[in-house]
Amino acid sequence: MDAIIIETIIKAIIVLSVIAALAGFGTFIERKVLAFMQRRLGPMHVGPFGLLQLAADGIKLFTKEDIIPQHANRLIFMIAPIITAATAFIALAAVPLLPEFTLFGYTVHPIVADLNVGILFILGAMASGLYGPLLAGMAQANKWGIIGSARTAILFMSYEVVTGLSLLAPIMLVGSLSLIDFNNAQSGGIGEWMVWQQPLAFILFLIAGFAETNRTPFDLLEHEAEVVSGYATEYSGMRWGMFFIGEYANMITIGFMASLIFFGGFNDLGFIPGFLAIILKVSFFFFLMLWVRASWPHVRPDQLMWLCWKVLMPIALLNVLITGLVMMV
Amino acid sequence: MGLEKFKDRNVGIQQYKVVEHEAFPKSNAQKFARVMKRMVKGELFVGLWVTLRTMYQALFQDDMHTVKYPFEKLPISPRYRAIHEMLRLLESGHYRCIGCGLCEKICISDCIKIDTKYDENQRKEVTEYTINFGRCIFCGYCAEVCPELAIVHGGRYETSSQQRASFSIFEDMLTPIDALSSQKEYPGFGAVSPNADDNIKKTPLAY
Repeated sequence: MDAIIIETIIKAIIVLSVIAALAGFGTFIERKVLAFMQRRLGPMHVGPFGLLQLAADGIKLFTKEDIIPQHANRLIFMIAPIITAATAFIALAAVPLLPEFTLFGYTVHPIVADLNVGILFILGAMASGLYGPLLAGMAQANKWGIIGSARTAILFMSYEVVTGLSLLAPIMLVGSLSLIDFNNAQSGGIGEWMVWQQPLAFILFLIAGFAETNRTPFDLLEHEAEVVSGYATEYSGMRWGMFFIGEYANMITIGFMASLIFFGGFNDLGFIPGFLAIILKVSFFFFLMLWVRASWPHVRPDQLMWLCWKVLMPIALLNVLITGLVMMV
Repeated sequence: MGLEKFKDRNVGIQQYKVVEHEAFPKSNAQKFARVMKRMVKGELFVGLWVTLRTMYQALFQDDMHTVKYPFEKLPISPRYRAIHEMLRLLESGHYRCIGCGLCEKICISDCIKIDTKYDENQRKEVTEYTINFGRCIFCGYCAEVCPELAIVHGGRYETSSQQRASFSIFEDMLTPIDALSSQKEYPGFGAVSPNADDNIKKTPLAY
């Protein structure tokens, strides 16, 4: 029993530090990729290829003054970013990050907690992460913040439905909520990937995932051109940085979920070993999010609700219905 | 951007394309048809392809548009009017200025100060020549009026200064004697036009 507790704590610390570092690195990659797609160079001067820009930004964020506005609700204002960052990492607890491997004769399962309701847990944790922007916007006594939190509420009401319904069809096919079962169900190579059976569910999940992580077609929460910075208007320093880290950790989680549920997870892919395969898949989904940000304009809040309730939700329901009929026949 | 493109100010001959707008849908059936057409057309993927192609061109085909400014500079027009230069005669190396004082006279912001004296050969010698760049508006009249093409505008445009008024003296603006072979004529105001020889006509003496 003690061994399990110690092992879990060690795994949690490793996941936290590695994913937090990767989230920081993600900001660098985002700036670079966006720059290249706009024929710019991006960060260049701090370190080789601007790699140490990360460290410079981190030092800046840590040493900036932590300002709390005069009429803000202090407690909620201080807690809100912690909710976003914490839930992003809590969601990662049920994600199997790599295949099993043996270290010094000890078999390591690179998942913090193999829950039998893994997907439900991840969706729930990520959904409660939206409380961060919601409370932050309302606590800061700023009109842009209020608009930002109103938009968060829109997002909250719309996209959780699509995320859940789109994943329902694959869950019916596999018959389990554990991501490891999903991975094992697709162990037969590219032909058994879930995306061939459920292409519609994959597209719906991807759209909902973009909305869930506030990425560009749906980045209404803090769209600078409209609402200054939305829910993050009054934040500075490390509290703002926690929102940022939470967002990037969520992007990584969505990348892992898409790879595990629809793209064969960490099974060996031809000559590519499993751990490399999943890293490549997640990297591709991360790149896709940046790519889309460089390419597409974003939608208005009314278009978002229109898209969700009038297009995506009926399609998701139809998908579930058709999947059920096919399974019965 | 090449210099030729930069100098081409004839906007009238550029190839403009008129963007075609389709008619706005009136009935619900037309609206539905437009939605379906746009859905199947895959224009979003065209957008993705464009950015990916741009990234490929920027990274691998040397199409990066960033100019690392202090290390790289864009070419400026040869007629650009920046900090003045004083030119020398190519044969003797003596400065071209004859001390006539026309530039001082014409300067509308009153920033040129010239003082002369006769040297031992009874030639005008410039004893003092300063331009107050805090006042100069770089209008180019001095270069235009100069009968000897002695004062011209150069290409040095980085002129930020810690002082409000910063003067430049004759020796600073004069072409260094060892750089005489690389001295360039100024093609801007007051310079001889490239086809000057063609425009020469015989003086009508036979009335």
